[in-house]
Amino acid sequence: MCLKKLESKIMGELIQLKLEDIPKLPRHAKLRYDEARKKWIINAPERVFELDEIAAEIIQMLDGNSSINQIIDKLVMKFEEAPREQISKDVTVMLQSLADKGFVIK
Amino acid sequence: MSQKKSKIACKKDSYITPEKKSKMLIPYAVLCELTHRCPLSCPYCSNPLQLEMKSNEVSTEVWKKALSEAVKLGILQAHFSGGEPTARKDLEELIKHAAKEGLYTNLITSGVLVNEDRLKKLYDSGLDHVQISIQDTDPENSEKIAGFKGHNKKIEVCKLVRKVGLPLTINSVMHRQNLHNLKSMIELAVNLDAERLEVAQVQYYGWALKNQTAFLPTREQLDNATKIVEEARIKYKGVLAIDYVVPDYYAKKPKSCMGGWGRQFLNITPAGKVLPCHAAESLTFLDFDNIKDKPLSWIWEHSESFNRFRGVDWMPEPCRSCDRREIDWGGCRCQAFALTGNADAADPACEFSPYRNVLEEPLSKAGTVTPKFIYRKF
Repeated sequence: MCLKKLESKIMGELIQLKLEDIPKLPRHAKLRYDEARKKWIINAPERVFELDEIAAEIIQMLDGNSSINQIIDKLVMKFEEAPREQISKDVTVMLQSLADKGFVIK
Repeated sequence: MSQKKSKIACKKDSYITPEKKSKMLIPYAVLCELTHRCPLSCPYCSNPLQLEMKSNEVSTEVWKKALSEAVKLGILQAHFSGGEPTARKDLEELIKHAAKEGLYTNLITSGVLVNEDRLKKLYDSGLDHVQISIQDTDPENSEKIAGFKGHNKKIEVCKLVRKVGLPLTINSVMHRQNLHNLKSMIELAVNLDAERLEVAQVQYYGWALKNQTAFLPTREQLDNATKIVEEARIKYKGVLAIDYVVPDYYAKKPKSCMGGWGRQFLNITPAGKVLPCHAAESLTFLDFDNIKDKPLSWIWEHSESFNRFRGVDWMPEPCRSCDRREIDWGGCRCQAFALTGNADAADPACEFSPYRNVLEEPLSKAGTVTPKFIYRKF
């Protein structure tokens, strides 16, 4: 890896998600529905993340085209009873925590 | 001792019979040890002392059947290991089959037998992830530990893995003879653009137990290593994930070995034997069923070997009444058997084990003498 890319990674450019960023799963993290456990999961090296309903909703929206803002918009439309502020917080906190572990990139 | 008394006061209803529990348990991963053949002869190899010859290896069709059965059982990940799994010419076919069945596929390799063309074929077969072992950052010491001249080839293959677009984990088994290079190992993993680094201190079974005095670090070395890992985790947050396994001889609590016997994981040997962990054949009194004879789901649920230490009913004191019995599941059965001769005993790595003193002798020798390696061989 070239030094510049490395530095930008360390400086947090890749891990500090902003609302206009388009988040996606890296190649080593794969989302699938697990029939045996009746849950959405992310397969990653030597790890399995079992997603709760909210996390599963959010992760399924990482289509490589939608920004975090657009994902929040869609969820606001889908879950009318929840305030936008709450949804926005859930989405950003969850994606950032996965990004910190290297399981969400932009 | 007051802590121990409070443990005895635990409610009885938390004991669940293995039969009941086994119905709820769904394993996560299967380790497929395709072969014991390997050009390296690392003296801490996790393979058993009695290695399987090529003539005993099970066929491609049997492996494919086992992988399909693993999916039906709810298994999510298949690790292809060995020996050196790339020594099997049907590796691509097996990965293709596993990927088609929906398994997340991981190749655990030394890297020395592959080139760019083979990596591309593996990628095209649907391989999800590659893990490459590096014995040390110092080439000379690396090759001395591996018993094989292949250090530069390994580094080259790590780069090729990234070039073809596969995610990379570096696995570095650390011990007294390479811990001084831990910092440079972490830097190497970052420079090779690995997503993940496993800093795995040697665990003492089989070959590693034979070489224990050569490997067991001093307390000071261990504490220093822990500090280096903690600092690196902060420095490389979001760049490099570091998994850290400490040698449990220095711990107060035993490790939750395999997340509990027969709870999350199963291992298939080159000959097709199904084990609850890769070292389980060291429990010489157990018979293990074979994928050639029985379906994987039957072995997982009903075999004597998987039920022998499943749950908590098998536990004697002090494990049975311990409030951590469903956290560490009694520690490691193979370690208990190897060190005490009694596979039901509390793991000597536990501070409450009556056999704790068996660790004193090896710990007192740590760092004093450096015997020659006894290399892994057939």
